[in-house]
Amino acid sequence: MSETIDYHLKVNGVVHEVVEAWLGESLLYVLRERLGLPGSKNACIQGECGSCTVLLDGRLVCSCLVLAASAVGCDIVTVEGLSPRDDGLSDIQAAFLAEGGVQCGFCTPGFIVSVHDLLSRNPDPTELEVREAVSGNLCRCTGYGRILAAVRSVQQARQR
Amino acid sequence: MPASLEEAFDALEQHPDAQLLAGGTDFMVEVNYAHRRPTAIVCLGKVEELRRWRRDGTDVVLGAGVTHSEIETPPLCDLLPGLAQAARTVGSPQIRNAGTLGGNIATASPAGDTLPVLSALDATVVVASRHERRNLRFDELMVGPKRTSLRPGEIIVEVRLPASFGSQEFLKVGTRNAMVIAVASTALVVDWEGRSVRCALGSVGPVVIRATQAEQFIASKINWPERRLPDPGALAEFTSLVRAAARPIDDHRSTADYRRHAAGICATRALERSFADNHLVERAS
Repeated sequence: MSETIDYHLKVNGVVHEVVEAWLGESLLYVLRERLGLPGSKNACIQGECGSCTVLLDGRLVCSCLVLAASAVGCDIVTVEGLSPRDDGLSDIQAAFLAEGGVQCGFCTPGFIVSVHDLLSRNPDPTELEVREAVSGNLCRCTGYGRILAAVRSVQQARQR
Repeated sequence: MPASLEEAFDALEQHPDAQLLAGGTDFMVEVNYAHRRPTAIVCLGKVEELRRWRRDGTDVVLGAGVTHSEIETPPLCDLLPGLAQAARTVGSPQIRNAGTLGGNIATASPAGDTLPVLSALDATVVVASRHERRNLRFDELMVGPKRTSLRPGEIIVEVRLPASFGSQEFLKVGTRNAMVIAVASTALVVDWEGRSVRCALGSVGPVVIRATQAEQFIASKINWPERRLPDPGALAEFTSLVRAAARPIDDHRSTADYRRHAAGICATRALERSFADNHLVERAS
């Protein structure tokens, strides 16, 4: 097998060419370093922190644990793909700002993707369901209270 | 990226040193930390045969690529309640969406969450190479920490388990609820018709351990027709037999003493829960 490989990845609806990549590169690495999509954050590279969370064919996963070359043919959605416009914010992103769910901001993209996934599957989750849904996202600043408040406010606003 | 088992066998023949990749939740950590530098990878994620499950008589047959998320949600969680409890304790939603049952087996970590359940349910693991299929008992497959009896060119294909069998419990001790590697875990199955108790211990030995003396002792003390335990003192003896069966080590996650203690507590609690479901627990006054 040759040292490097070329392939295509479909990210946020756009097909990107990946050229001369090493076989073992993670999807997180390719998104950030090759495709110029730094929204997914790189922290633990072992699936503990959730800051690299993306949707792979609609399934919430840690992009650091996805072999990039194995995502060929999949629909990949990153946090960049969740905003309505280039300069706009989704209601979830706006609620995180309004409720103080963003402090240092490093974990925020992962939380936004996880909460987006939760509320699209389950529009009216209980507090336990919210906590379980974000149990794979670590935040060291907020103590989580403001993040849970942000989720509640989106939940309520969407029901109005 | 093979789309079928045949193509996967082809790929393994062409690249005998290739690493098999399922959900990637263990393997990619090693790659990211540069502990491994793979030159060839056969990705099983697109092999359709591995992603399905089916009923077969009184059994459920799970493809090796079925994820923990699928196991913890209906309809599988109703057919395999013990396995579903274990699957729900794996990592986080992100990990459970990616990680597979076959991957958990192949990694063969002593702390693998689904493994005690497979042991307690006497699961059959079906492994295949191009020319041969072998049916292995779980304890024939896992032979040491991170070691299996898989031969070169073999792939874990499916796992056969009894559906809706007896009462099933899974308990796990760690430092918190989410994203935790087990310090000790226990799967306990009560077979009301066969009048047996099966108790498998995780994270307290090099492989999953069946506490057979504890199993036989408690089965002899249960009043099976009435589904109760007339002698409450038998519970304490059961606990100490479970502890005696454990073969734990000290490591950065826990001491051996604590692991042994926790295994006894988990097994006893699992037994009490199995009876409590039937409102049949006889508590010491």
